[in-house]
Amino acid sequence: MSDASLNTASTPSQAGPGDAEFGDYFALLKPRVMTLVVFTAFVGLMAAPQGVHPVVAFAAILFIAVGGGASGALNMWWDADIDRVMKRTRNRPIPAGKVTESEAFAFGITLAAFSVVLLALATNLLAGALLAFTIFFYVVIYSMWLKRWTPQNIVIGGAAGAFPPMIGWAAATGTISIESILMFTLIFMWTPPHFWALALFMRSDYDEAGVPMLTVTHGRPATRRHILVYTVLLAALAVATAFTSVGGPIYLTVAVVLNGAFMLGAVHIWRRDEDMAEADNYAVERKFFRLSLYYLFAHFVAIALEASLVPFGLGGW
Amino acid sequence: MSFRQEHELHKRRFGRNLGLGLVLAGLVALVFGLTVVKVGVDGFTLEQNSEARD
Repeated sequence: MSDASLNTASTPSQAGPGDAEFGDYFALLKPRVMTLVVFTAFVGLMAAPQGVHPVVAFAAILFIAVGGGASGALNMWWDADIDRVMKRTRNRPIPAGKVTESEAFAFGITLAAFSVVLLALATNLLAGALLAFTIFFYVVIYSMWLKRWTPQNIVIGGAAGAFPPMIGWAAATGTISIESILMFTLIFMWTPPHFWALALFMRSDYDEAGVPMLTVTHGRPATRRHILVYTVLLAALAVATAFTSVGGPIYLTVAVVLNGAFMLGAVHIWRRDEDMAEADNYAVERKFFRLSLYYLFAHFVAIALEASLVPFGLGGW
Repeated sequence: MSFRQEHELHKRRFGRNLGLGLVLAGLVALVFGLTVVKVGVDGFTLEQNSEARD
């Protein structure tokens, strides 16, 4: 045996506690979810009638993003057992052996406290309290309680992802208003069809992990019906939002076009059975899922556009 | 005589320390920026207004 091989054997490259890379800790924050948090919080802040200094706005969005990331890290700490089973989550830092569970917990809880305190100091107490409640809701109500207990996990848990525009609005105004509640409701109603479409084509993942997704507990035909019902309710809400103070002609156009396409997709999903879906490898469900991503993005871009045009005498009604 | 070759673990730790250093430097800059803005908006401006009223 050579010296080199001895050296390699005695100092394996596998990370031990405290030896993860910087990027592994960043991955604990669920960066992709964080982009949605940043974007919707930004729109909430921008749509608010009160102007905010750019430095304060930047700090507010950053702390909201860090708070969202902290809840992601705490979710990964709690759900490490499920993440090891599911294909989609097997490469996350904890199941991949890069970060230990206790490190993820310490990282998440520290960032959660840090983000709430700094957001409250940078903006106002209401924004800080809303961020604290969002983290509590996502980690305790959704991850610890609902996710493994009820097939309505996605419906109620979706509220956690719906808070960022409301926090952005509160950071600017110090209040909760009908406009911020509408932005909250838009994401809240969008979440179930978005995730149920994912559950339809990621079929074995949730089954194997024992997560009571609607597809597991009530079957796939029931999930398809649920997608349709939620999409109809969402469409009504999304179009009605056009006639409030955050809406306007641009938003109305976007809402009519996208909700028409979304409803069409939901009807297609509802009319299909598993044989048809398997025959084309869930093409319709995958298309609906992709559309759902553009759907939410476009609605919030439209709200931001309406708000940004107001100083020029355009935007809004 | 040469120095001991750097292990992959050292590179990983250096990367992590560098990342943390940059994050902390960014935080210091942000808190400083916030302080300037807050003092400018709520402190000095009000002070000047009250002086102007006197």
